[in-house]
Amino acid sequence: MTTAFQAEARPESMLVNMGPSHPAMHGTIRIMLELEGERIRNADVEVGYLHRGFEKTCENRTWFNLLIYTDRLNYVSPLLNNLGYAMAVEKLCGLEIPERAQWIRVLMSELSRVSDHLTCLAAMAMETGAFTAFLYNMKAREFLWDVIEQTTGARMTTSYIRIGGVRADLHADYEKAVRRGIDETRKVIKDVRGLLDKNVIFLGRTRDIAVMGRDAAVSYGWTGPALRSTGIAYDVRRAHPYLTYDRLAFDIPTGDRGDNFDRYLVRMAEMEQSLRIIEQCLDPLRRDRPARGPTSLEPAEAIRAGRTTPPDAAVRLSPNLEGAEKDVLGDIQSTDPKFAIPGKDAVYGTIEGLISHFQYFMKDHGFRPPAGEAYAAVEGGNGELGFFVVSDGTDRPYRLHLRAPCLHVVSALSGLIKGRLLADIIPTFGSMNMIGGELDR
Amino acid sequence: MSETLVLLIKIVVVLAWFLVLALLLTWVERKQSAVMQDRIGANRARIFGLRMFGLFQPFADAIKMIFKEDFVPPFADKVLHTLAPFVSFFFVAVAVTTIPFGPTVRIGGTAIDLQVYDGSAGLLFLLAMLSLGVYGILLSGWSSRNRWGLIGGMRGAAQLISYEVGLGLSLVGLIMVYPSLRLSEIVAHQGALFLGFLPRWGVFLQPLGFLVFFITAIAETKRVPFDLPEGESEIIGFYAEYGGLKWGLFMLTDFMEIIVVAALATTLFFGGWQMPWLGPDGLNWPWGGHWKMASWVVVCLQIVSFQVKVAFFCWLQILIRWTYPRIRYDQLMDLGWKLLVPLGLLNILGTGLIMSLK
Repeated sequence: MTTAFQAEARPESMLVNMGPSHPAMHGTIRIMLELEGERIRNADVEVGYLHRGFEKTCENRTWFNLLIYTDRLNYVSPLLNNLGYAMAVEKLCGLEIPERAQWIRVLMSELSRVSDHLTCLAAMAMETGAFTAFLYNMKAREFLWDVIEQTTGARMTTSYIRIGGVRADLHADYEKAVRRGIDETRKVIKDVRGLLDKNVIFLGRTRDIAVMGRDAAVSYGWTGPALRSTGIAYDVRRAHPYLTYDRLAFDIPTGDRGDNFDRYLVRMAEMEQSLRIIEQCLDPLRRDRPARGPTSLEPAEAIRAGRTTPPDAAVRLSPNLEGAEKDVLGDIQSTDPKFAIPGKDAVYGTIEGLISHFQYFMKDHGFRPPAGEAYAAVEGGNGELGFFVVSDGTDRPYRLHLRAPCLHVVSALSGLIKGRLLADIIPTFGSMNMIGGELDR
Repeated sequence: MSETLVLLIKIVVVLAWFLVLALLLTWVERKQSAVMQDRIGANRARIFGLRMFGLFQPFADAIKMIFKEDFVPPFADKVLHTLAPFVSFFFVAVAVTTIPFGPTVRIGGTAIDLQVYDGSAGLLFLLAMLSLGVYGILLSGWSSRNRWGLIGGMRGAAQLISYEVGLGLSLVGLIMVYPSLRLSEIVAHQGALFLGFLPRWGVFLQPLGFLVFFITAIAETKRVPFDLPEGESEIIGFYAEYGGLKWGLFMLTDFMEIIVVAALATTLFFGGWQMPWLGPDGLNWPWGGHWKMASWVVVCLQIVSFQVKVAFFCWLQILIRWTYPRIRYDQLMDLGWKLLVPLGLLNILGTGLIMSLK
């Protein structure tokens, strides 16, 4: 069977498949190319190789359960996906989020953004042949992921930002780790800038390649660093401030040409801004919390001790749940009785707590937003990451739609590479930061 | 009879040196890139608990490759597909025979050149062998009937043939200065002094020539920033359909090419086995003064000097390989034809002018 692409191709040109199994295609995309020598006569980008029916799956999971699927969307910055989803549902319910939880969310968002940009630029550099820059970026990302791992207990599938707040408080030592992460990332940014910014070969591969005009970018629906590289300073954090972004000082770097190099530069500059935001988060997040100490009881001991009268001593939680105790949960979780989960010590130590815990998480019982619809967007690593949720009042979403920023960016790919050389696909595609999980949903 | 024996011994020694150095270089590359990239690098291969900083890694690699399936794609041309890695390997291995490793030594009255083949057109022979290596790439890309392989093979052919021109031109000036094509004579000429204190090395007489030579030579080795035929993240490369030992042979050829380029740079531009101010009877300092040395010490020093220089150029090439991104195909052609070839011609012109003025 010949496809339309094959039928249109001229007989003298060579047809090749770039992907879906190709080292530069990030695993899951296919570009059919009609080549005349090295020149691309025609290109057809086929997405969908990582389609897992995310939206449909979500309709069959409870509002709470489907959070784990959002981790797997943009798997380089899962916390941002968690945040987007949580914000959409919170908007639907009209939930107020405690101040501290908002700051934690901002901190986690920016850590994720830096790691997202680091990964994108690393892949872009590696695919153009600069393997050393790739490993430098990966090294910096490790330090940032250390912070995330310390607090959330996971590197990728964090599920940390929950509807109504965050799962647990920050790790006691998080500030040390954050400072280290910031220092190491700054060093790496400096090194990579030294390696690539004025590198003639890198400039030759990216400068004035795949130039995107402003109008075209808008009409394709580009957002995020890709749009800002064309000179339009649209950033969800500034245009529609959420969390505490209106109280933070940061710049929105823009490019002026909209080529690959501008996309690289914008991402580089944005990382610096994100680090700046992280530094501003540290002060509001600082506080003295009494250490629970060794007098606290294991959950089982607490239950045993509390058979007749409730025990005085606190219940000791797993390190990843610190801050989820009844008396301090209000700092990081909404206390709205309709949508709040009970404190973990209450769940472990009292039957009432256990019952309300089960009621919250059980099918047809727990979290049920009022009927209606809501759209909330966050500034993801690739741009406006929007969640549109529709509720019919049951415990599952009636419909959930994800506005995946990189789908819009990648949709311009075939136009950008047509007429260019084969090798130009690599930095162009690399600068778009295609993430299969987000693109194909 | 004894001459044949000496020749045989020389061939065996040189080939062994060459292959061992190439294997060692695979380790050096891993370790050097690791140091550059803040990693530890290969250190797990061990024999009876002896790790030696991962020095056994090349053997582990070789064992792995030997036990992999010797795969020929069903649609490939079996004969050419099998032949291609050997063609690549053979011409590089032959090219190294012309490199002089040390001065002529006298053992029991027989003079032995530390060089396998000292042809009167040795330099041309070497260049010819290096250019014939392109057949390996072309054949491998073509015979595997993979379109990516074909693109790689075509890129390789175009690149090597284009840079052959620049490489040849960059050496013309050198041949004018040391009027010989015989590599042993070129090295012998570099023993003299220049301006009274500098050794009369090619790099001082032909700085522009060296620049053009080194860039084109790196392009000949097909490594980053000139690794277009391979371009692992673009076109997978001419050996897309190779696996196991045949692929290993291509890789080994790559490392051997690094050594050949390093040896060539040493021989032509850095005095070969000559050590600055070291004469046959000892060190003659340019400010006067003389350290007397036994002739065997001098020979040993000279051989070591050659090895050190080769090692330096291997190191430099690996450093370049892990620093730069890959150049694009049309930029490669522009660089070759619009910059390096004119520079090579300019170098010839300049050399000619200066020589006629003298």
